[in-house]
Amino acid sequence: MLTNRSKQVVKREMTWLERAYFPAILSGMAITFKHIFMRKATVKYPEQTREFAPVYRGQHVLKRDEAGAERCTACGLCAVSCPAEAITMTAAERQKGEESLYREEKYASKYEINMLRCIFCGLCEEACPKEAIFLTDRIVPSTFERDSFIYGKDKLVEPKDQPVDVSKRQTPAVLAFKNDKKHKHNRTFLDKVLPKAKHH
Amino acid sequence: MLKVTIDDIPVEVPEGTTILQAARMIGGDIVPPAMCYHSKLKTSGGYCRTCIVKVEQGSAKDPRPMPKPVASCRTTVMDGMVVRNITSPENLEARAGVVEFLLLNHPLDCPVCDQAGECHLQDLSYENGKAETRYDFDKREYEPTDIGDKIKLHMNRCILCYRCVKVADQLTDGRCHGVINRGEAAEISTYIEKAIDNDFSGNMIDVCPVGALTDKTFRFKSRVWYTNPVDAHRNCDKCCGKVRLWNQGEEVLRVTARKDEFGEVMDNEDGSTAWICNECRYDKKNLSDWTIEGPAKINRHSVISANHYDTLKNIQKTTIKMMGSKPHGVKSELGAGPLDPNNQ
Repeated sequence: MLTNRSKQVVKREMTWLERAYFPAILSGMAITFKHIFMRKATVKYPEQTREFAPVYRGQHVLKRDEAGAERCTACGLCAVSCPAEAITMTAAERQKGEESLYREEKYASKYEINMLRCIFCGLCEEACPKEAIFLTDRIVPSTFERDSFIYGKDKLVEPKDQPVDVSKRQTPAVLAFKNDKKHKHNRTFLDKVLPKAKHH
Repeated sequence: MLKVTIDDIPVEVPEGTTILQAARMIGGDIVPPAMCYHSKLKTSGGYCRTCIVKVEQGSAKDPRPMPKPVASCRTTVMDGMVVRNITSPENLEARAGVVEFLLLNHPLDCPVCDQAGECHLQDLSYENGKAETRYDFDKREYEPTDIGDKIKLHMNRCILCYRCVKVADQLTDGRCHGVINRGEAAEISTYIEKAIDNDFSGNMIDVCPVGALTDKTFRFKSRVWYTNPVDAHRNCDKCCGKVRLWNQGEEVLRVTARKDEFGEVMDNEDGSTAWICNECRYDKKNLSDWTIEGPAKINRHSVISANHYDTLKNIQKTTIKMMGSKPHGVKSELGAGPLDPNNQ
């Protein structure tokens, strides 16, 4: 009564047509038959996959630079921005001779993302000052063991011979800034070595 | 006692007080930032110009303004002086220029630097600097030099504030490092490569406003904002033994002196400064070595203190509007300043 939404229930006698049973069956069959010719809501995964949105956020990748050195410098900004606290890392100092492996003086010796905690919000990508971490259109596969959801560097760092394409996740402004060699952090190991080598 | 007005707030200070110290007595946002001045080090200050203020009226007797911004850490107050810091847009503009000069050669390696998060230059550029640089040339770079197994010298990050030189002069006997060369080539060095291993040399790390001198025992261990600062003490025959521990879980990652809200080393109860010795700093890395006093008050330089960068804009308006006047005991309540978006 308070909401004025109460309704009087009437138990009405069915009409002759409704009691006849067959018209209702036929109209139901017509609806079912119509759906055979309509577009299907499902796809035959895994033979067929859905098209992803260009900004789909799936499994992370730790990018390498053009010379193949790891971009990540273990600054911890991804971990501090992570609302789910899914990221942990340990930093280490780069030794002499490892310049082609790690771009900066400091690198992540251990980098782990707990995919069970991760909510794929992309804040780590936004916080990264080194253009190192990106979310990709790959799906994190499901398994039965909880341990296997903690992804270490072996799964996160992109393989040298199979670079992961993240161009869809970079705006033109970001790309222009990244290619500007005026910024020291954009210069790769090769950029530092080659000009010196030319003199000799 | 001399009466001075800083950003429209009057304060009475004894003769010989500098403008910076007078501003610190008022406290709040009107305190000029300081990079080279350290109140616990004699003759420090006057190099970096970040603490510049505009003196609108020299004194009551001679009300002429000073012709250009003055370094507040080295200028003593006069009776009836009127000073403007954050209420003068041209002063803030001038300070932004100073920050731009300080950042000309400072590398953008905050993601690598151990000082990030408690760096005075980071705070300064965030609060007073411009977002972009106009400098096109390569930054100055130095060959790395080794000054011992405890202190890491990163000369590229140095802003030549001389604080560490003054620590070595005033705290230790026989200073073995200093600023060599001049102008663009000036650098902190031991000249003849030599380790700095005096008992109190570790205090250089605490006074360094940037990441030029960092603790090698803490190098790349963690980031400051992941550590948990607690105040602790122990009986030490060399120093006061009152320190701040930076813990991660049960592990003591770093030991530093206690610092106050201005980033300076605190005083003991007897008035002496709480410098700590190298044994406390580097060798006592077990929780069992220390008596924990409690969590440290997070100072204004820390990323952990929430809404740190909002205070400059949002303090006063509502209270003054609602209460009609400045509430008692609230030091940082100012009139609407130039940074207030509502103030036209």
